[in-house]
Amino acid sequence: MANIKLAEDKLKALIEVCKSFNNEKGELINVLHKAQEIFGYLPAEVQEVVAHELNVSVATVYGVVSFYSFFTMKPKGENPISVCLGTACYVRGAEKVLEEIKKVAKVEVGETTPDGKFSLACLRCVGACGLAPVLMIGQKVYGRVAPEKVNEILAEY
Amino acid sequence: MAKIKYHILCCGGTGCHASKSDVIMSRFNEVINEKGLTSDAKVVATGCFGFCEQGPIVKILPDNTFYTRVTPEDVEEIINEHIIKGRKVTRLLYTDPAKNEHIEDSKHMNFYKKQIRIALRNCGFIDPENINEYIAREGYEALSKVLGEMTPQQAIEEVKLSGLRGRGGGGFPTGLKWEFASKYQADQKYVVCNADEGDPGAFMDRSILEGDPHSVLEAMEICGYCIGATKGLIYIRAEYPLAIHRLKVAIKQAREVGLLGKDILGTGFDFDVELRYGAGAFVCGEETALIHSMEGHRGEPTVKPPFPAESGYLKKPSNVNNVETFANIPVIFNKGANWFNKIGTERSKGTKVFALAGKINNVGLIEVPMGTTLREVIYEIGGGIKGGKKFKAVQTGGPSGGCLTEKHLDVPIEYDTLIAAGSMMGSGGMIVMDEDNCMVSVAKFYLEFTVEESCGKCTPCRIGNKRLHEILDKITKGHGTMEDLDKLKNLSQVIKDTALCGLGQTSPNPVLSTIDNFWDEYVEHVTVKKCRAGVCTSMLKFVIDPEVCIGCTLCARNCPVNAITGERKSPHQINQDICIKCGTCKEKCKFGAISIK
Repeated sequence: MANIKLAEDKLKALIEVCKSFNNEKGELINVLHKAQEIFGYLPAEVQEVVAHELNVSVATVYGVVSFYSFFTMKPKGENPISVCLGTACYVRGAEKVLEEIKKVAKVEVGETTPDGKFSLACLRCVGACGLAPVLMIGQKVYGRVAPEKVNEILAEY
Repeated sequence: MAKIKYHILCCGGTGCHASKSDVIMSRFNEVINEKGLTSDAKVVATGCFGFCEQGPIVKILPDNTFYTRVTPEDVEEIINEHIIKGRKVTRLLYTDPAKNEHIEDSKHMNFYKKQIRIALRNCGFIDPENINEYIAREGYEALSKVLGEMTPQQAIEEVKLSGLRGRGGGGFPTGLKWEFASKYQADQKYVVCNADEGDPGAFMDRSILEGDPHSVLEAMEICGYCIGATKGLIYIRAEYPLAIHRLKVAIKQAREVGLLGKDILGTGFDFDVELRYGAGAFVCGEETALIHSMEGHRGEPTVKPPFPAESGYLKKPSNVNNVETFANIPVIFNKGANWFNKIGTERSKGTKVFALAGKINNVGLIEVPMGTTLREVIYEIGGGIKGGKKFKAVQTGGPSGGCLTEKHLDVPIEYDTLIAAGSMMGSGGMIVMDEDNCMVSVAKFYLEFTVEESCGKCTPCRIGNKRLHEILDKITKGHGTMEDLDKLKNLSQVIKDTALCGLGQTSPNPVLSTIDNFWDEYVEHVTVKKCRAGVCTSMLKFVIDPEVCIGCTLCARNCPVNAITGERKSPHQINQDICIKCGTCKEKCKFGAISIK
């Protein structure tokens, strides 16, 4: 992985976060949540800083980051698209919606478009099953999405 | 202060929120202010009403008027007609699909008639961000009774007498669990609330936390008193921002009035609650994995014993219950264990909350007494199958459960009967499927989930489930053999017998139950290579009807692999060896000449 230079102010904020948790090992997951809020994702460089601050091995940090699906090591696009593949959405045709998005936005699951505009991810249940199938772009939720509506929705961005 | 005449309750649950209930609420406030009605009507943001299918929902008290699918544009009309003139806006009332008539009072809706709301008693009634509204509905009375009048042992006996069993899936008797934790001596013990709702398609716990967070806090305090703990931890998914927000507000308010913290209600009992965030791992719903995750580690389960009651969070005795279990506790003390244990059946007491979803008319959150049949839930409360299609299966228990069919519709919903029928209660997801769902694909869907969520610690789950998924994938792609079906059965049994934790031991259930109940469909997939639901695309055959085709060449021009040939103005043909079954031709044909065989 290419080395990324972390921005000074963000780096400072990260070290402050670690301090606010008393640099305790047991707070690793809480620290990572905050770190992801700061940087948007958790590249190796961020993990190294966290490991150093909490006095644990980088392997331990990586082990936790890679275990939980909420943590990501890739930067997300400007408009992160999340398609719900929970059971309720699945039985109401979420897969077809997903295929359509891949076609229209020209992006694969877990990837970001070259211009950084969209990234695509799948998630399991946002809890709006009454609106199935559901997709989210950023924090905005779109319910009762039919494959034919995908074009129109993406055009908003 | 003059009494407010109308209360306008707006659902602030995630489902309705997603369809702009926040805009609707602020619009109501705007119009009320404009028209100078602030002393006549008050807007309250409540938790989930349960009837998500018809959201956003606005309910008006005192007359129980239930407006459905409300938009911000409807607000002014509701104020003008209902609040000012006292006339209901008929077009927004819920319409009974069977009788095709408007229902004015929500009490008469089939969706609510059969329900008994214990865990959801306050959801949709109170403002979850106002502790006084909880207190006004017997809130914290149970805590005061337990702290003031009962010894811990007496309180545990009451919970045991109620017959309450864990609502997270396993169904372990709650009182007994508390008793175990109370017996171990330690300088510090913990009460843990499991709010890591990972079952895709289930949203019971989230709705309780969003609609009635104090009921969970009160119950955790009662539990703390019973087992001798002064600290409570709620492990909640980071994906539930609204529930987290409401919990934070509730904790703050409870601390301010002295219902959390030191010397609660002047009894000398100390108790406080903190939040811990999950980060998206299904296995963390298993209590040992959850505890490891709270400690900041990878959420991998460990072998029990020792049980958390002996050695849990930070190796101290801990009691873990799920949200819905806790939400039942205050009611048991307010109304008495002997009231509670009259509801339900002999071995399953009380009620259960289900998230009813899938191909059903009334998607939503329901709470029914144990012993209610699946038929009552699906056809009476759920309003039957969407679009008049034929019912095929109902899946309970999430990725650990199984699919039940027509012949199980009259099975009463209880922990033990569902297991006997080849599924399980689980945390309460209930997904209805119709004739358009392929059961092999459904099994594959669940296995895909398990493979992704397996923590990788034990071999049967890590590798076994992967192999199950591969075999299912092969079958749905049309390459399966009868031998594969035997392999599926054998491998499933091995995984069940040898996996380390609950996730692994139950992961083959979706495969086994679909094989049991839909054997014909599996056989069709491997022998005649047919998917009767038309889901497995590689088994489909697109054909052009020469009688209908006029030879416009549109399909041929759009086919991405040039599989369609034919002269202009004469019928075209599809070369099946080249066709990739993308369906583009069928979509493009303006004459309906292309069909799936």
